[in-house]
Amino acid sequence: MIRLENLTLGYADRTLLKQVSTSFEVGRLTALIGRNGSGKSTLLRALAGLNTEYKGQIMLGEEEIRQLDAHTLSTRLALVTTERVRIANLRCRDVVALGRAPYTNWIGRMQEEDRQLVEHALEVVGMSAFSDRTMDRMSDGECQRVMIARALAQQTPIILLDEPTSFLDLPNRYELCRLLSQLAHEEQKCILFSTHELDIARTMCDSIALVDNPHLHHLPTEEMVQSGLIERTFGLK
Amino acid sequence: MKLTHPIRFTALALLIVVLFALDLAVGSVSIPLREVWASLTGGEVAASTAKIVRSIRLVKAVVALLAGAALAVSGLQMQTLFRNPLAGPYVLGISSGASFGVALLLLGAPLLGLGGSSLIASFGMAGAAWVGAAVILTMVAILSRRIKDIMVILILGMMCSSGIDAVVQILQYLSSEGALKSFVIWTMGSLGDVTTPQLALLAVAVVIGLVLAVAVIKPLNLLLLGEQYARTMGLNIRRTRRMVFLSTTLLAGTVTAFCGPVGFIGLAVPHLARMLFREADHRILIPASALTGSAVLLVCDLISKLFTLPINTVTALMGIPIVVWVVWRHKTIA
Repeated sequence: MIRLENLTLGYADRTLLKQVSTSFEVGRLTALIGRNGSGKSTLLRALAGLNTEYKGQIMLGEEEIRQLDAHTLSTRLALVTTERVRIANLRCRDVVALGRAPYTNWIGRMQEEDRQLVEHALEVVGMSAFSDRTMDRMSDGECQRVMIARALAQQTPIILLDEPTSFLDLPNRYELCRLLSQLAHEEQKCILFSTHELDIARTMCDSIALVDNPHLHHLPTEEMVQSGLIERTFGLK
Repeated sequence: MKLTHPIRFTALALLIVVLFALDLAVGSVSIPLREVWASLTGGEVAASTAKIVRSIRLVKAVVALLAGAALAVSGLQMQTLFRNPLAGPYVLGISSGASFGVALLLLGAPLLGLGGSSLIASFGMAGAAWVGAAVILTMVAILSRRIKDIMVILILGMMCSSGIDAVVQILQYLSSEGALKSFVIWTMGSLGDVTTPQLALLAVAVVIGLVLAVAVIKPLNLLLLGEQYARTMGLNIRRTRRMVFLSTTLLAGTVTAFCGPVGFIGLAVPHLARMLFREADHRILIPASALTGSAVLLVCDLISKLFTLPINTVTALMGIPIVVWVVWRHKTIA
């Protein structure tokens, strides 16, 4: 579970969020929506411990995220960014195996259990058939799914994803969100992803967090839809 | 690990043995392999032949072996750390720092009227180069503590080295012909100027540098996905950077100190290793680069002896086609 307490986030000349307090629970899939430049990625980076320039607190359970060392943090949350990773000679299975890094020894030796978790993660995202393929010979959508499998292999209670649907076609977008929803509900994970797909947010997520600078409205999906906040923020009729 | 990897490693090791033997046989006087063997094992052979093999060629071949492995492994680490296929051991200014040290010694000291002082003579070019390289890398490392973006560090390193090169040029401009010539010859590199006690020092530095490189195998694998991902997978970025910088100073810094700046091995060999092994995993790439580096530098040494060329021109002429070939064949590189 992630709890924000009076979080103020932004850059020197621009405040993105001011005094925000809310929490993201386990077992729920939350969509983070907002206009371009509203600070969705900045918020996700802060939640992942990559951006520590904020006021207030981000609590993971009982601890403030800035007090956790990199290793502890890597067992609590996994992140999937928008960065395109295309490395020649790096096979999908090896990428997913890197997700086991927090649990392997100094040289990254995989145990039988690690191998099974890697295969399972590839299976969950439907990429088992690609496990021996190298990353430079795959489509953007396939790479994206491999990076998600890597996050799954990391076995963290929290998964953050920055626009995971952006490289996917329509059926795959819904398929991915169905997968995230299933993971959240069946494996009791706390999953938060940013997206521009309002329809997906409205139809497939348990709750919606809407960035309306400098506020963050976080409501169960139905309440959010009825509140009219989405239309107001996006300037829709 | 695939089954073919042990075969490839064995083949490389055998190739190195062959090249090493050839390197002992080839030179201004060509010595038959049988006599090379006799010289090494204390068999029956002319005293002068035994002396050539043991105190000249053997030392030089071992230097080539160590220097090739060292430059290749430090180049690999730089390419992964900076996620840049054009990075090499010298991107952070090691060679500039080393030439600055040597330039101060060969060109600066005479200008200040300290030419023949025994202090400077005993300190030697290797010492000056090593201190120069270490000072530059320490400077870059201290600057990089305050910088998150690795690209900024890369640019700072390159600017530092360009700035120092300019100062070295000023020294060259002001220097006498004789001093200038010794400096220019140093910049062409040489594997043969290493004495036996220096070789011991070189070997120790290279071994420690390689051990450090092995210790950062897992961090380097994580860095393949970029620093952001590496951090969310539990990597301590600062510690990793420190270790990689230290390893590079020991490997490339020491080699440059004793052999002068040897170009292109550090840049080209990691690509060659990736291509030979079709791997991105550093558990394979570190030993693969080390062995390939040794083999390539032995070949370069052989060529330099056959055509009496400075080693640096040979490594450049060998390295450039390798890089062009890799880029051409793959169109993309790691």
